[in-house]
Amino acid sequence: MRHVALTVNGSRHELELEPRELLVYVLRERLGLTGTTIGCDTSSCGACTVLVGGESVKSCTMLGVQADGLEITTIEGLASNGQLHAVQQAFHEHHALQCGYCTPGMVLAAVSLIEEGKATSESAIREGLEGNLCRCTGYHNIVRAVSAAAAGVS
Amino acid sequence: MIPATFDYEVAESTEHALELLGGREDAKLLAGGHSLLPAMKLRLARPSLLVDIGRLRDLSYVRDAGDHIAIGALTRHKDVVEAPLLQEHCPLVPSAAGQVGDPQVRHRGTIGGSLAHGDPASDLPTVMLTLDAEMVIRGPSGERIVPAAQFFSGVFQTALEPTELLVEIRVPKLPSTTGCSYMKMSRRAQDWATVAVATLVERRNGSIGRAAIGLTNMGATPLRATQAEEAIAGGAAIVDAAPLIASGSEPSSDTAASAEFRRHLATVLGRRALEEAAGR
Repeated sequence: MRHVALTVNGSRHELELEPRELLVYVLRERLGLTGTTIGCDTSSCGACTVLVGGESVKSCTMLGVQADGLEITTIEGLASNGQLHAVQQAFHEHHALQCGYCTPGMVLAAVSLIEEGKATSESAIREGLEGNLCRCTGYHNIVRAVSAAAAGVS
Repeated sequence: MIPATFDYEVAESTEHALELLGGREDAKLLAGGHSLLPAMKLRLARPSLLVDIGRLRDLSYVRDAGDHIAIGALTRHKDVVEAPLLQEHCPLVPSAAGQVGDPQVRHRGTIGGSLAHGDPASDLPTVMLTLDAEMVIRGPSGERIVPAAQFFSGVFQTALEPTELLVEIRVPKLPSTTGCSYMKMSRRAQDWATVAVATLVERRNGSIGRAAIGLTNMGATPLRATQAEEAIAGGAAIVDAAPLIASGSEPSSDTAASAEFRRHLATVLGRRALEEAAGR
């Protein structure tokens, strides 16, 4: 076991982890943050995307011990003071989800893309979300929502 | 999927990493983990010790080293893509690095990890072979430099000994008269290349001089299309040299493509990549 300190959604957690525990399981099972979903578990689908140091990362392909000392944001940490994050609000208003399983990862990938200044056009958004699969194939409204959030209108 | 149990140590320095690596026969280095962790989840790799070098920030850099650009092995794909020195002097590297995986993968994966993994379907090994790049390797008995042509030895096999660490990659500064291109075909946006082709073309007053052509996923290692390169050096036009691009390669057949389709793809992508590099 290894002693690890993580900051998740602004709260510090000290944990004893087995090295093989993947970050996604640490979030879901140790911390009860089940908003992060597990899709393919092979770093293909992006459902488990969280922010590590503000950047999108697939949490099924990172060990919990690798996150020692780092800041992590999950879907539960995006809203503040009862207000949805601009990307969440845009997903709501543009109906950018169907079954909702890919949504947390899609939202966090979009937050990272916008923060990096790369959500500059529809094609840039489509390419920038290539790491996230929506099995309902509801991409059109997702792209509309991300465009609206990037432009600051929802 | 969860990997089998292993011990885990964090390296505090390159020397510490080498010491930890040499202390256990089946120890493996962990950088970004985007090749190794998936392999461990599938039990394709089962090291008993992971030596985490991910915190060795002094191995993450892109520097002007006079006649070449030096890239620290732990530089993430994202940082390679955005490095102004590479965009200016060796744009083939950021162009291909931007086609590795997807943004999440590029936020964690490193150039050294990708090269040391030696996957013939991955992009950067081909780029290094095409550029005649050099790998700087550190081991218990010091440092050695291996040219890319001698580095990739088989599927997931490289010149790295189990006790060695890839620390730096040296890529040439290309003259402004050299054009480049990396063209990739994959089944899904984020996928490994079904086939990809890297090209460097020396532009000479409207015609082309020498060309270097590298192939991804056309054999057990990245390959150079030597017959097509020789044809171009001998004055052949791109359209006449392109059909030779797959000559001498031995691509495999799998669910993504048959060997025959891969040969076809290599000639089509190769022609387009030569034309793009030639500025046409």
